[in-house]
Amino acid sequence: MTKSNFTRRGVMKTGAAAGAALATPTIFTGAVWAGAHTGFTNAPQGDTVTLGFNVPQTGPYADEGADELRAYELAVEHLNGGGDGGMINTFSSKTLDGTGINGKRVEYVTGDTQTKSDAARASARSMIEKDGAIMITGGSSSGVAVAVQALCQEAGVIFMAGLTHSNDTTGKDRKANGFRHFFNSYMSGAALAPVLANAYGTDRKAYHLTADYNWGYTTEEAITQATEAMGWETVNAVKTPLTQTDFSSYIAPVLQTDADVLVLNHYGGNMVNSLTNAVQFGLRDRMVNGKNFEIVVPLYSRLMARGAGANVKGIFGSTNWHWSLQDEGSQAFTRSFGTKYGFPPSQAAHTCYVQTLLYADAVNRAGSFNPCAVAEALEDFEFDGLGNGPTLYRGADHQCFKDVLVVRGKENPTSEFDLLEVVEITPVDQVTYAPDHPQMGGAEATLGECNPGA
Amino acid sequence: MTDQTQNPSVAAKPARATKTAAPSRGIFGLNAKDTTLLIIVAILTMLAPFILNPFPEGSDLAQFNAGYPDLMQRFVIFGIFAIGFNILFGLTGYLSFGHAAFLGVGSYAAIWMMKLLTLNVIPAIIMSIVFAGLFALFVGFISLRRSGIYFSILTLAFAQMSYALAYSVLTPITGGETGLQLKSTDSPLLSNLAPGEIGRANLFGIDMRTSYELAVGDWLFTFNAGYYIAALVMLIGFYVSIRIFRSPFGMMLRAVKSNQQRMNYTGLNSKPYTLAAFVISGMYAGLAGGLMVAMDTQVGPERMFWTASGEVVLMAILGGVGTLIGPVLGAGLIKYMENIISKINSTILHDWFAFLPDGLEDAVVFILYPFIGKGWHLTLGIVFMLVVIFLPGGLVEGGQRIARLFRRKKSDDAAKTPAE
Repeated sequence: MTKSNFTRRGVMKTGAAAGAALATPTIFTGAVWAGAHTGFTNAPQGDTVTLGFNVPQTGPYADEGADELRAYELAVEHLNGGGDGGMINTFSSKTLDGTGINGKRVEYVTGDTQTKSDAARASARSMIEKDGAIMITGGSSSGVAVAVQALCQEAGVIFMAGLTHSNDTTGKDRKANGFRHFFNSYMSGAALAPVLANAYGTDRKAYHLTADYNWGYTTEEAITQATEAMGWETVNAVKTPLTQTDFSSYIAPVLQTDADVLVLNHYGGNMVNSLTNAVQFGLRDRMVNGKNFEIVVPLYSRLMARGAGANVKGIFGSTNWHWSLQDEGSQAFTRSFGTKYGFPPSQAAHTCYVQTLLYADAVNRAGSFNPCAVAEALEDFEFDGLGNGPTLYRGADHQCFKDVLVVRGKENPTSEFDLLEVVEITPVDQVTYAPDHPQMGGAEATLGECNPGA
Repeated sequence: MTDQTQNPSVAAKPARATKTAAPSRGIFGLNAKDTTLLIIVAILTMLAPFILNPFPEGSDLAQFNAGYPDLMQRFVIFGIFAIGFNILFGLTGYLSFGHAAFLGVGSYAAIWMMKLLTLNVIPAIIMSIVFAGLFALFVGFISLRRSGIYFSILTLAFAQMSYALAYSVLTPITGGETGLQLKSTDSPLLSNLAPGEIGRANLFGIDMRTSYELAVGDWLFTFNAGYYIAALVMLIGFYVSIRIFRSPFGMMLRAVKSNQQRMNYTGLNSKPYTLAAFVISGMYAGLAGGLMVAMDTQVGPERMFWTASGEVVLMAILGGVGTLIGPVLGAGLIKYMENIISKINSTILHDWFAFLPDGLEDAVVFILYPFIGKGWHLTLGIVFMLVVIFLPGGLVEGGQRIARLFRRKKSDDAAKTPAE
């Protein structure tokens, strides 16, 4: 039989000894701690600075994540003076000279968001706590963007959002440490509505199918309000589960109504499936009220267009950027991306690349990595040459205001990348809204105070 | 009667004193072996910042350091989750495939407590346990009418329902896809926040994020307040789980696992026992959810997704079902893979193998690349397969085999000595 040696007294003795042993090293720490403190989280030490690229590498948006990562690697290369410099040469601000950021060479760490807010936050926290990242960027969905943005606000680092289209990111969930270059649902609605009214008339009846989550809601709201302002009528708006793969049961009821436009507030695989179903149901050959039935997809991406194949032909949607744009910046970026990877970049890649340059430039102009100084440099910053024409980083909500592209599925695509054609570039004035717009969280939405952390 | 129903994997650890020998209870009412285990776990968790950071800062191997607050917190929190799951799965054999629902319910309860009442984590954690327990009572009451695969499917269905509700239907309460966070507009009743200030979770004023860094030479160790609070909770949870394992109640649960039908024929109603085990295990999950919110004030519905439920099953199996420490080890291994392996990218690989000639370097990187970064699932899958095939008892069995190897050597020596 085993004999127990654990007596209360023995354990307490050992405990006290262990406690004392644990307590001793604390004497040495004061100085070290003070040394690492320079007033903000993860102040870069030495001659390098670490950025955190937090993108979905697994899960439904893995393809977009991979493209974002390519863009980040390209941006780092250009910032460190490698490659052909890409958009650094066309950027209106000239502080970037290939010597890194603020004279420090750029290094980076990567992580997998899995398109889950928990995993994304875990990954971002490890970048901040373990790798000493001074800025976190990336993401391919609004849920993740909002979650990581809130984390960065708490931790005191800058968050440069990747692809996130929901109004909430810079609407009701806006944060002082978070910035978004990508456009949003409101802008999609405002840009699309006039084009749709031109092409299809002002007396249309729209039927919405909406992905049943946050982004779907804000997009539906934006499109409904914008089109109703043009005189359209919304017949019905039906929520579809995000995990739905067969939309037949949602499309059949459309035939029972007198709707003559179907708006698919779907993204990614959802949109590919719902559009394919709609076309299979013969909606596009249908005549209602003496008008041809039409389909609209508010947010387009190249990967979606590729997934839906020939079904996207002639279908209107909006996008943040397209590689076929002829301005100098877009050309330079498409060229260096194509040289390095062999195919043109997606809009996700573009926004991530631009965000990295914007951050680097803001640090240079501020002369400090302090998040509050960087935020101040970015707020109300006007720039050009990054592919979207003259752009304003509005200080009131940290949203970029720029022209929005209305695109249409190409009738005769020449390659698997050449699926969309730009129909109209909606000028920025038309998509600008007040910072306290009801769709953006109203008067209650506030950025809060900038948090430099430590 | 109960002797026959002892589970073999548990019988391998004959820690429980038999009826004839009066149990010699040390402190905490545990026998010697369990006390040793508890103390070892306590020492490991308390020294985790050292143990998990074995490599100096800035070295190539620092990539494998896991001693930063977020991951350490995750280790113990998922440890709690797995301990609770093991009380149900390990003891009764009922495989719940929907445990993440309780984790999620606990998380939502906790964040609402913080939004409405106080930023102190204690009421939040208590409410998370209560709500998860109530929800478990409801789910368990229905699901436990069936056993085996039907039970698993029922729990899975409940979890997916909860997920779908949280994701869309209940958006006003759960925040939908974007989830819930503390905001500057929140004003908890009992916390005096300046207008516009974003609250931080605390324990009587100790901020969960407070860290204390200790540099010894090139090494940097981080002691995080949140981690130690979570670790303390895990130790309590672990202790309670030992007591459950060793109690008559635990014995009854094992009886359910070994032959429920026979139990019923003897006139015993096993339902109250299984339901109690289900609720306890749900409360553990709720506790884990509450702690997750306490450490990182954010909840998203993916926390309830079926993959999260599957993950805890993997943790239990990987570590060793029905063993005390196994699930904690399994939880640690999976979280380590998820957070460390997934962050290795090709640039880092090239750095590591830079000493090789160029062609060879590329070849090595090419071979390893599928297993790192986004390939961490693949690596985890391979590890899981190896464990299930070669160590059906999980990591604990691996440890036992190694221990046996040493012991046999010793006893061999002992046997030889007199012969000489």
